[in-house]
Amino acid sequence: MADKVLMKGNEAIAEAAIQAGCRHYFGYPITPQTEIAAYMAKRMPKIGGTFLQAESEIAAINMVYGVSAAGKRVMTSSSSPGISLKSEGLSYLAGADLPALVVNCQRGGPGLGGIQPSQSDYFQATRGGGHGDYHMIVLAPSSVQEMAQLTIKGFELADEYRMTSMILADGTIGQMMEPVSFDFEIKEQIEKPWATTGTKMARKHNIVNSLYLNPEQLEVTNIERYKRYDIIKEKEAIAEEYLVDDADIIVAAFGIAARVSKNAVNQARAEGIKVGLIRPITLWPFPEKAFRKAAEHAKQIICVELSMGQMIEDVRLSTECKVPVSLCYRVGGMIPTPDQVYQAIVEAAKKGEK
Amino acid sequence: MLVFDRPKALCDVPLHYCPGCTHGIVHRLVAETIDELGIEGKTVGIAPVGCSVMAYDYFNCDMIEASHGRAPAVATGVKRSDPDNLIVFTYQGDGDLASIGTAETVHAAARNENITIIFINNAIYGMTGGQMAPTSLPGQVTQTSPYGRDPKLCGYPVKVCEMLSELEGPEYLERVTVNSVKNVRNAKRAIKKAFQNQIDGKGFSLVEVISSCPTNWGMTPQEALKWIDDKMIPYYPLGVYKDRSAGIFAHSQEASK
Repeated sequence: MADKVLMKGNEAIAEAAIQAGCRHYFGYPITPQTEIAAYMAKRMPKIGGTFLQAESEIAAINMVYGVSAAGKRVMTSSSSPGISLKSEGLSYLAGADLPALVVNCQRGGPGLGGIQPSQSDYFQATRGGGHGDYHMIVLAPSSVQEMAQLTIKGFELADEYRMTSMILADGTIGQMMEPVSFDFEIKEQIEKPWATTGTKMARKHNIVNSLYLNPEQLEVTNIERYKRYDIIKEKEAIAEEYLVDDADIIVAAFGIAARVSKNAVNQARAEGIKVGLIRPITLWPFPEKAFRKAAEHAKQIICVELSMGQMIEDVRLSTECKVPVSLCYRVGGMIPTPDQVYQAIVEAAKKGEK
Repeated sequence: MLVFDRPKALCDVPLHYCPGCTHGIVHRLVAETIDELGIEGKTVGIAPVGCSVMAYDYFNCDMIEASHGRAPAVATGVKRSDPDNLIVFTYQGDGDLASIGTAETVHAAARNENITIIFINNAIYGMTGGQMAPTSLPGQVTQTSPYGRDPKLCGYPVKVCEMLSELEGPEYLERVTVNSVKNVRNAKRAIKKAFQNQIDGKGFSLVEVISSCPTNWGMTPQEALKWIDDKMIPYYPLGVYKDRSAGIFAHSQEASK
């Protein structure tokens, strides 16, 4: 299937999930991600899979919890307000070390907010969202092709590390159409001896649980989980680096903001400004090394976000504030134009000359 | 020779329940049923949040601990992961099933999800120390209704079997109790039927077990069993509320048949 097909970002996620062997999808309608549910509703019955429209986001994530406990690949998708509802379930998935794929096709908030694209759930995604000490692997596609590719990667990482992978997309990438190739190499699924598939009277009963009334035991469980997180931080952080090596100015942006920023970087380069782009593809783990390295030569960093400034905190933390970091943003469903980002770059270049 | 022994589906561990609590009896009835139907190896149980939160340590089959009220949604996921091979049951209290988890309960029933639910109704939140439950009786004194449950302030109890019986979805709804030998035997019959229905693919089967909580009711175990007869059963009449296969329906459905 090397040929490219034209599809929406949301549909690419759904098709990639099916190709990754996911046969269980639970969802609840919410704009702008409903194409995923619609695609699954059409396809799952034809391939022996399960599509179920749950009574709520809360029910959907708990159905995910059930299928995951039973050892099968499973996913749900939603948009910002729905992810808030799922956050209880995300915490329980983390506490029970269950793998799952969750898509957040972000829209503007807080509250009911709007239905236009946003990146303002960055904190919610990278800091956990639900209660307790935990993380999710957070993947940030910036094209329809990456929606598909990162969905497959998300399932594989989720199984490997027994945790939730979140695709943190936005309304633009979810809705826009681009050619996408599904020519992926899909790894064989790993065994899940911990799953509750029935003992078949051949082993001790498996228990999927997040309750530890003994505080020493709960402490050890948390510390062990964080050791796993350390391995993920070491091994799995990814960023695209574009014209970074000689750059005086670094633009930091993910998802649709990075698409816009790349145009601005090209325009500024044509004007002779030494500017590059770092595009985090994993938001957790954050690609700290890429920023640390860039901070050795860059004099300024501009963070471009569809939020009031959320990723900017991770940029500052990973560069240990050695380089001034400024914010270029639009919110509420608005998207910065390439010109707005270009102007921010020119502004920064002028400051650098002083 | 008849030997009174521990059911194999019940782990050989001490239960943490208070003296006189009827959870132990119902655990035993569920375990006996699993033994008699020979389904331990294919059964997955879902424990709730509440007094029976640690049921996952008590049943020998695979077990999952769900978040508060969500057991029917978790059970839906498990059942649909392998509908031909797994037997899935939830074990939930009244706060879990009839308050925070009402939506999950109602919709699992509406879908006629092929699962079995054992619903313990003791009219109080036990684990948190005796607060008013959705099923607490009018006038019942609890920690959060210290002057007695006042329906003007906090409404009336939720009658789960009656409410669900109005849905077209569910296969089987029965209310039983375990406050006498006769009633325990009857409860066993109902629980076994609720599992057999799932094996036969008939769908959503819920058995509500009117239970006692001597600790939080402030009674001796004997007084608590008598309170079931005197107060609980008049408000929560025992019996079959729906049995589609046997042709027993709620009034509204009877009329529309």
